[in-house]
Amino acid sequence: MTATRTETTVAGPLADDEPLGASRGERLTALAQQHGALVALLALSAVASVGFDSFLTGDNLENMAVSSAFLAVVALGMTFVIVTGGIDLSVGSLFALGGVLAAWGSQYGTLVALALPLAVCGLIGLVNGLLIARARLAPFIVTLAAMLLARGVLLAVTDEGSTTYLVDESAFFARLGQEKLLGVGLPVWITALLFVAGAVVLRRTRFGQYVYAVGGNEDAAALMGAPVARTKVAVYTLSGLCAGFAGALNAAWLVSGVTILGSGMELEAIAAVVIGGTLLSGGFGFISGSLVGVLLLKVIQNVINQIGSLDSAYQQVVSGGFLALVVVAQTWLGRRRRMV
Amino acid sequence: MTELSLRGAELDKTRMVRLLQDYGVYAGVVVLFLVNVVVTPNFVSAENFRTQAVQVAPVLIVALGMALAIGSEGVDLSVGSVMALSTSLISLYLGYGPWIAILVAVLGGMLVGLANGSLIAFVGVQPIVATLALMVAGRGLALVLLPQLKDIRDPGMAALGSGGVLGIPYLALIAAALAVAVAFVVRRTTFGRRLLAIGDSRPAAQLAGLPVRRVLIGAYVLSGALAALAGVLATARLTASDPTSLGTLMELSAITAVVVGGTPLSGGRVRIGGTVAGAVLIQLLTATLIKHDLPPSWTQIAQAVVIVAAVYAARERGKR
Amino acid sequence: MSQDHTTPVRTGAVLVADEVTKAFPGALALDRVSFAARAGEVHALIGENGAGKSTLIKVLTGVYAPDAGTLTYGGEPVRFGTPLDAQHAGISTIYQEVNLVPLLSVARNLFLGREPRTRLGLIDFRRMHRETDAALRELGVRVDVTRPLRSLGVGAQQMVALARAVAVDARVVIMDEPTSSLEPREVRTLFGVIRMLRERGIAVVYVSHRLDELYEVCDAVTVLRDGRVVHTGPLAGLDRLRLVSLMLGRDMGEVRSEGATKFSGDHDPGTQPVLSAEELSLRHTLHGVSVRVRPGEVVGLGGLLGSGRSETAKAIAGALAPDSGRVVVAGAPVRTGSTPAAIRAGISLLPEDRKAEGIVPGLSVRENIALAALPALSRFGLVDEARIDAVVDTFVRRLRIKASSPRQRVGELSGGNQQKVLLARWLAMQPKVLLLDEPTRGIDVGAKAEVQGLVDELAADGLGVLLISSDMEELVEGSDRVVVLKDGAVVAELTGADVTEDALLHAIAATGEAAA
Repeated sequence: MTATRTETTVAGPLADDEPLGASRGERLTALAQQHGALVALLALSAVASVGFDSFLTGDNLENMAVSSAFLAVVALGMTFVIVTGGIDLSVGSLFALGGVLAAWGSQYGTLVALALPLAVCGLIGLVNGLLIARARLAPFIVTLAAMLLARGVLLAVTDEGSTTYLVDESAFFARLGQEKLLGVGLPVWITALLFVAGAVVLRRTRFGQYVYAVGGNEDAAALMGAPVARTKVAVYTLSGLCAGFAGALNAAWLVSGVTILGSGMELEAIAAVVIGGTLLSGGFGFISGSLVGVLLLKVIQNVINQIGSLDSAYQQVVSGGFLALVVVAQTWLGRRRRMV
Repeated sequence: MTELSLRGAELDKTRMVRLLQDYGVYAGVVVLFLVNVVVTPNFVSAENFRTQAVQVAPVLIVALGMALAIGSEGVDLSVGSVMALSTSLISLYLGYGPWIAILVAVLGGMLVGLANGSLIAFVGVQPIVATLALMVAGRGLALVLLPQLKDIRDPGMAALGSGGVLGIPYLALIAAALAVAVAFVVRRTTFGRRLLAIGDSRPAAQLAGLPVRRVLIGAYVLSGALAALAGVLATARLTASDPTSLGTLMELSAITAVVVGGTPLSGGRVRIGGTVAGAVLIQLLTATLIKHDLPPSWTQIAQAVVIVAAVYAARERGKR
Repeated sequence: MSQDHTTPVRTGAVLVADEVTKAFPGALALDRVSFAARAGEVHALIGENGAGKSTLIKVLTGVYAPDAGTLTYGGEPVRFGTPLDAQHAGISTIYQEVNLVPLLSVARNLFLGREPRTRLGLIDFRRMHRETDAALRELGVRVDVTRPLRSLGVGAQQMVALARAVAVDARVVIMDEPTSSLEPREVRTLFGVIRMLRERGIAVVYVSHRLDELYEVCDAVTVLRDGRVVHTGPLAGLDRLRLVSLMLGRDMGEVRSEGATKFSGDHDPGTQPVLSAEELSLRHTLHGVSVRVRPGEVVGLGGLLGSGRSETAKAIAGALAPDSGRVVVAGAPVRTGSTPAAIRAGISLLPEDRKAEGIVPGLSVRENIALAALPALSRFGLVDEARIDAVVDTFVRRLRIKASSPRQRVGELSGGNQQKVLLARWLAMQPKVLLLDEPTRGIDVGAKAEVQGLVDELAADGLGVLLISSDMEELVEGSDRVVVLKDGAVVAELTGADVTEDALLHAIAATGEAAA
């Protein structure tokens, strides 16, 4: 395609002989960013399996996997949002709302049980996206308001929290959460599928490129023809859908729509995404990292539970501290790199 | 520059928008008050006013600190967790007497603020992110210190929570005194002047030789201290320490009060009077809905709408 | 389709601006400017700050719509609604700060929005990497295309931007100061690429302040000054001195009326320098700049835009941390890279960008004046309103600041009054050295004369003044001595009777070799 014969003589090659130290540092940083969480996960798991007999049992692992699944789906949507440089604080409420709507809808069949939470949570996500992308309001405040809105809606459909909808255990919908395939719960399989799909979308489609470009340099992305507003609307909608679906899946697992679930989940999801190596300032990140981040948080939680004498609240202290640490490291590394 | 290019009707419109942004909150309070006088039975009663004042006090105190953070072109999302931490510390140190306990609680809040401010001023982390991390860790710490709800049986704390002078609750008096104090800090101290200059134009402040980092840290330490104090008062009112639920969504209420009160999210300006009115407005709105038997779900939905509307209305100003 | 690149058309004007006018509130940025970019020609666009270059570029690339006049592209009249429209039409702009996505890989940047796809609709990375590599090799760049863009040097990043421009079949490439942060080796590569673009019949618009470069790579030149075209034509045959005179608006041998500015002329400086900056160096910008100012002396800092004038001032004032060099005030060394330290030592800087770095627009006149001196005007952290009022009152009167009241917001004042407020802020600190970066730019004639008179007065009072100005007349008449900078180094120092516009023009226009 390219006409090589027009090649004129141009001075010597550029950038081939960059200072070695800079590129080695760069590579180390990238390695730490991509696999730091994985190394931590493996190390902690190794220690835990030596320290606690009950850690490396099939039951415990399966249990951890299933309880990770719901947070993982929420974190999947969050990853897209954070890569665009945004944040979605409404996912915890949307998760709870999704669960309640699914439980309520399950009396009308599996289709309603799945479609209703997706429609409502997707719509709230869409409104978030429109307010952020079109009206240019700050993401944290819009999604914080959406968190409140979703809570309000949840209270409204549950008679101010007094009604808990149950899922008929024999329904097909309940089996989505209960059945096992090859000894592993269905939610885990579904989550795995979603992660593969998410990774393909983020890495291998044009939309994924736009997500990165918008987060990396919004003005440049616009100048290069990326549909900035549409991309933002899409990621917040996606995040809403993920949260709603995770809630529905969780309701199927618990066979009820529990109203108090999901508070603080947005923070866990953000922590997981960031620990997984995604930059909170946007433009860099990967789906697999978020999965590792979720697993790491869950293993920490499991270890804290196993210790027994420790309260489960340590989980929050650890993830908050972890979050601060990772963010500080990211900021420092980012600054050093800019100076190189 | 924009002023020059505007003429006639356009100018009037801008002025109207500006007036609405600056004084709309006061008008809102008056209107809502009058509406309630007419439609709500037993609204005009000393008892009701006392209840409202006691309920608004913690939000207002947190909002004062939030106004400082927002004035510096930042935000403090950790305030709710600081309240929880404060209530845990109170419960833990009450054995040494209420004053010591209160002191420890406030010191705890200041420490969180110091961490926030250091992350922001020295490391250069965005305020939202830094305070988010402390929001997670703070609540966790509160729960580690005090895993579940615990009753507070201290006569001093009980008196603080339900007593008063001349029929005016202590809580309301303290909130009012703090509002005056913060207004004084903003208007009359070098710290306040510098804070506004830094929030308005960080490069100019830096070139003018202002101690930017110190001032930023100061703002977050104050915000932490005020949130902790709000936690103390809320604990006294409930006569219980409940680190699980105390202060949840407080950051949102405080931001709403500040923004509705006409303080722009873009920094450089702090309106304490407006913040007070903003907090009162939200309290009145909630009270109105509750008194007319609208369920809490509606209150939350209404608050969400008010926030987005206020931020949307303030949007134009933020851009300039 | 790329084959016809081999037969460049040298005559046709591709992008033409005809009598384009663009006004902003309070300023006419472009006044009936005509400009033509021709296929296969490298056209230099030059002018000092505020001449209208960037406005013209923004009109050409669809950022601004012209108030009057027309744009013709490929023979058809056009109106670009957005920069994207212009880009789709084939006009690419390479900015000083590369406008790509730093965290994305080189290949992803090159192909964003037009990635090759496999039958499944997924991005075909193998093909994308291969084609990126080929496109960059053609420009003489060999890099790992999977690396994030920001891990490359600025020069290589610019090459990626250029490759993208070429790949989207640009017919016009506009380069805004592309060499300002490049190493000499990278500059040579860039020039090779520019020549290649010319061979392919692409119209190149080249904005730069480095005269040597213009003569090396450009065919034609258009000089803008104060929003008007003062010269356009082939570059060959136009000598450097003439070019500099055109840019600065000072004709050689033009008779000057003494005293057109408010400067009174010579001062009687003391003997020991109050400020000495020694061997200041800063990567890409300053290379061992030394300046000394004695009390009562006004030292001018001359040179073209981008010669390191503002950076020198900022390095002295602590706003930029130099890599090496010392700053000494009245015999005492000052810690570099710290504004508070510099201010404590008695250095005050009036920055070039008054609106962004000088005034605090939302605060009142009195708060702006008192800002730096707050510690002195307060007790135990409480502001002493009475003393502030006294200080503000003194300066408002002394500097004749026109504001409806001291409580008026500074953002609402005129440029001249804003500048006076800044001057008042620093005078309240009782500085020993005043660094003035373009103190009279963008302010009206009356206020300009007042500011100049003030500077004179302050020097007479024994202050050391370092004056930066693109206004030759102001610089020559206001300064006792002029230090001339070029590409971040001192190339000449004019003293006594040598402080003339002729001498300054010659010093600026001197070729690199002669000056060294």
